[in-house]
Amino acid sequence: MSVLVNKNSRVIVQGFTGSEGTFHATQMIEYGTNVVGGVTPGKGGTQHLDRPVFNTVADAVSTTGADVSIIFVPHAFAADAIMEAADAGIKVVICITEGIPIKDMIAAREYLRGKAVTLIGPNCPGVITPGEAKVGIMPGFIHRKGTIGIVSRSGTLTYEAVDQITKAGLGQSTCIGIGGDPIIGTTTREAVELLMNDPETEGIIMIGEIGGGMEAEAAYWIKEHGTKPVVGFIAGQTAPPGRRMGHAGAIVGGAEDTAAAKMKIMRECGLHVVDSPAVIGETMVKALKK
Amino acid sequence: MNIHEYQAKEILKKYGVRIQEGIVADTPDAAVAAAEALNASTGTSWYVIKAQIHAGGRGKGGGVKLAKNLNDVRDISGKIIGMQLVTPQTGPEGKLVSKVLIAQDVYYPGETPTKEFYVSILLDRATGKNVIVYSTEGGMDIEEVAEHTPEKIQREWVDPRVGLQGFQARKIAFGLGLEGKAHKEMVAFIASLYKAYNDIDAALFEINPVLKTSDDKILAVDAKVNIDDNALYRHPAIAALRDTAEEDPLEVEAGESNLNYVKLDGNVGCMVNGAGLAMATMDVIKLAGGEPANFLDVGGGANAKTVEAGFRIILKDPNVKAILVNVFGGIVRCDRVANGIVEAYKTIGDIKVPIIVRLQGTNAEEAAEIIKNSGLKVYPAILLKDAADKVKEVMAAA
Repeated sequence: MSVLVNKNSRVIVQGFTGSEGTFHATQMIEYGTNVVGGVTPGKGGTQHLDRPVFNTVADAVSTTGADVSIIFVPHAFAADAIMEAADAGIKVVICITEGIPIKDMIAAREYLRGKAVTLIGPNCPGVITPGEAKVGIMPGFIHRKGTIGIVSRSGTLTYEAVDQITKAGLGQSTCIGIGGDPIIGTTTREAVELLMNDPETEGIIMIGEIGGGMEAEAAYWIKEHGTKPVVGFIAGQTAPPGRRMGHAGAIVGGAEDTAAAKMKIMRECGLHVVDSPAVIGETMVKALKK
Repeated sequence: MNIHEYQAKEILKKYGVRIQEGIVADTPDAAVAAAEALNASTGTSWYVIKAQIHAGGRGKGGGVKLAKNLNDVRDISGKIIGMQLVTPQTGPEGKLVSKVLIAQDVYYPGETPTKEFYVSILLDRATGKNVIVYSTEGGMDIEEVAEHTPEKIQREWVDPRVGLQGFQARKIAFGLGLEGKAHKEMVAFIASLYKAYNDIDAALFEINPVLKTSDDKILAVDAKVNIDDNALYRHPAIAALRDTAEEDPLEVEAGESNLNYVKLDGNVGCMVNGAGLAMATMDVIKLAGGEPANFLDVGGGANAKTVEAGFRIILKDPNVKAILVNVFGGIVRCDRVANGIVEAYKTIGDIKVPIIVRLQGTNAEEAAEIIKNSGLKVYPAILLKDAADKVKEVMAAA
């Protein structure tokens, strides 16, 4: 099992021949991901990294049977790339691109409504099912196949959690970087739900940050439907209100989206909430023993 | 990106949104000339003098005053221009006022009483749609209205497929209790306002107050406008309105080196790759007994140059007693960051505060070796836990 991506995923890269696309596609192929081709408008019919390049996602899908796409297209064109992937019938679209205008994402999210597609991101590190498929920019070597699912709005903070889990002798089922933007395709709750329903996942780590109400929504869902231990952390306990902390979505706008407010709700909903990101791994080990 | 009230009003006016007319001035003489011109174009004989800074609550700090004649205009402008204006949003040091907006008096008496409303437009993250928030309780702090009388705040969501519809603008005007000419004016006001918001890629419009005048006109008395930074590339004219004097000088300098830096009040500086890990590192500092002096994300391409720039910026803050570097190498190779730290240390020279370096991920072992062999007074750590302990140790000794 695992979720979203696995060894059978047929992955295409949008923005394949650009520098980002080339670098990360190479890494993904080295990891063992089944990259079946890529899309760069105008370069269709050529080969790149020993794989076919297509002009459109539709061409790529009809020729290769691709079902997963990863997007490295520059921010001005990325929302368009997301919609193109959905239109072509891609099932899982993972958008790495950072800095997409809000207006573009409002349109893209609306376009995706009602379609049988899952968007992860944008502004995210991607998704990895260790030992099967890495569809993202995370360092593969810190992961180990295992039973802990991870959901996070952050990149490097996710790597931190992964590293602790690996060092604790556990491993990961699937790690989902949902992204740090105000409008993202898959929410914390939706990602947690995927992992909660995955038989291979025995515990879940949920990493959030200041801004928005996604973690509270996930916590209430876990209280109602949770069947596995969830360890939670919220970054930004020391962030001042009204200031954007790097991520476009990381801003305290009111009393309810502070780290303290979210952590309180998460505790009340039965999550194992840690104050320090340094003890995520050991807390999961303890939680599994209970 | 925030812009000044006078800039925001100019944009709104272009979109047909009625505004309280005004002319910006940076000296008392220019203020008097502005008042004379305003008298000629609008007939106003009283003038509102408004300090132009990027912070709300200006009236509370003495940055908004009424002048009933040209002498008052000169006196009051002279006092406001050059003042260090302290408002609930500026912090205790306040902000230097270099410009004032001389605005027409719109609260003149007439057939019907004047009435103030509140209107804002912003993104509703939960639905992924823009929402228009409106209230009959204008001219007040909206957070207080939300806390004490939440039923007086109403919302109208805009369907991205079709945009704002006429019935929605009418619903808002009725919801604000307006009829007749004022109702019609409000419908037009809302429609133009939304068009402006959408066209310029705004991230927030807050018009507080929106005024119904005694002759039933609807106009924007104040305008807080924030533009989506990610969309500035397609609005060069608006991007040019950026006023770096309104920003922290260290933040401006950091931006020039492509560093994402936010100045805070604490005593432990930090340099981190990735926004989430940077916030988490600030939290670690706090838990270890320190207070974070900054947020600093060096991004995905950390190298010797960015590390040096980061150190220089952190060290310009005199409150910094220690620095924690926390890098999780993915694409970034830790050995390169370690070399960057050693080089920066040598170039800057004479760094008096202790530096705790935690490098993990790609080539972490090599990096630790480089730090160890450099002979520098740097505390290396590999686990985040160790780094936290080192911060505790250093803070106890300080």
